[in-house]
Amino acid sequence: MTAVSVTDPPPSPGRRLRRPGRTLVLNVVAVLAGLGAWTALSMSGITGLTGPVEVAARGVELVADGTLTNDMLASLRRVFTGFALGTLLAIPVGFLMGWYATARALIEPYVQFFRTIPPLAIIPLAILLMGIGETPKVFVIFLAAFLSSVVSTFQGVLDVDKTLINAARVLGASDRTIFLKVVVPASTPFIIVGMRIGLGAAWGTLVAAELIAAQEGLGYRMQQAQLYYDLPTIFVGLISIGVLGLIMDRLLLLAERRFTGWQERR
Amino acid sequence: MNTKISFQGVSKTFELKGGRFLALDRVDLDIADREFVTVVGPSGCGKSTLMGMAAGLVEPGTGRILLDGAPVTGPGPDRGVIFQQYALFPWLTVRKNVEFGLRLQPISAEERHRRAQHAIDLVGLTDFADALPKTLSGGMKQRCAIARAYAVGPQVLLMDEPFGALDALTRVQLQDQLLDTWSRERRTVMFITHDVDEAVYLANRVVVMAARPGRIHRIIDVDLPYPRTEEVRLSPEFSRIRNEVWHSVYHQAPAA
Ligand SMILES: Nc1ncnc2c1ncn2[C@@H]1O[C@H](COP(=O)(O)OP(=O)(O)O)[C@@H](O)[C@H]1O
Ligand SMILES: [Mg+2]
Repeated sequence: MTAVSVTDPPPSPGRRLRRPGRTLVLNVVAVLAGLGAWTALSMSGITGLTGPVEVAARGVELVADGTLTNDMLASLRRVFTGFALGTLLAIPVGFLMGWYATARALIEPYVQFFRTIPPLAIIPLAILLMGIGETPKVFVIFLAAFLSSVVSTFQGVLDVDKTLINAARVLGASDRTIFLKVVVPASTPFIIVGMRIGLGAAWGTLVAAELIAAQEGLGYRMQQAQLYYDLPTIFVGLISIGVLGLIMDRLLLLAERRFTGWQERR
Repeated sequence: MNTKISFQGVSKTFELKGGRFLALDRVDLDIADREFVTVVGPSGCGKSTLMGMAAGLVEPGTGRILLDGAPVTGPGPDRGVIFQQYALFPWLTVRKNVEFGLRLQPISAEERHRRAQHAIDLVGLTDFADALPKTLSGGMKQRCAIARAYAVGPQVLLMDEPFGALDALTRVQLQDQLLDTWSRERRTVMFITHDVDEAVYLANRVVVMAARPGRIHRIIDVDLPYPRTEEVRLSPEFSRIRNEVWHSVYHQAPAA
């Protein structure tokens, strides 16, 4: 076939050229404008809102005496434990539900039911059943992470292109090979999206989980600060939660790029 | 000539909500070893269903489908299938796609690499062996799919409108390339198309089907020499056969 001229060229790369430099400048401008607006608002004296400078000062203080680092580590540990356990269980369960109609019929009612209950509403039950240690906090985060990523994983398995499965089958692949070599890679994008949603859910549940008689953690710190009308600490807590959440999401986004770069985007 | 695939009184009904639908009605067709048969017919006349049953992907209906005299019971690497939507594994490079079927066979790694490379060279994708499908044009994707099917050494190639999604120019190039590949390593080919020119240009025989119920309307021999060239394509004999096929596709008498 080499004798025949091969004239079809590969399609041209991305039709919309990105300009990362310009986007970054706009991002920075937006952040600075936000800080400016915040400063202006606090100086205008509305309801004793603290300004960025005070918050930054409190941040430095809390870092210096180790409180912020401790709280962050405590919160991150809970989020990671709950999130890791949640997704670790969600992936096999999601595959099971996507691959076996029987498993789906048995499990789906529970998943759909518990998904409608806000994790916060589970807390009273979790306390009664598990006491006030780490277990109920991690459990609630686990549940939030599990429920959001299980749905995405099983949807991913259901959505695997049937022609890909047929293509493997006609090449002689067994069900096992099809599962491992086609269904698993084809559903990775969904799994990673599920993990991102799960991480968001886990992180979002954190503050509520730390309502449960915690001794440390960002949520706990903010609860305490609320008692003392300590606005700067609350802001430090909020910003830390936001920044850590953003960093974790970006890390998963990198993983997504790394593992799903083969996808055709249109 | 040995018969490779034999459809004997093959019928297929689909159970629908509103009742039963007869998709294929008593189809008889013998395809000889190393023959190139094309199948044309109006949309919905059961072409894909017929091929799907031969591939082992569609539940068998009544009647028999024999491959080398033995009934087809499921899919297998003795029959390569090419889909219109290419069906490449997008997370694998061209080479890994081509090796996919080879990995399922009890052969050494060297043998696998050798056979994959051979198939890739055969379809002219040598320079793109390590590219991901998303970087390939439609024509290149389909050539990769052909290489993947060829690599496992099937005796039969089942192709369901493989060039249907390609532009006219690429389609003509791929037709020539397919014939070139086929003449080097001859296999039995059953090729579905809705393009009358394509059907005549490629085939030893053109099977014209009719719809409602799906059945074979006529079989037209193409007595044109291989290799088929532009000269053949533009010859009066080609036009004569083409007109005949055209007529039997577009001016079918309604079913009795
Ligand atoms: N799985 C199915 N269930 C119900 N009807 C089907 C199914 N597959 C095909 N059909 C029907 O059978 C007929 C033949 O389909 P197909 O073989 O795809 O035709 P063609 O490939 O010639 O266009 C069509 O009317 C189609 O709607
Ligand atoms: Mg079809």
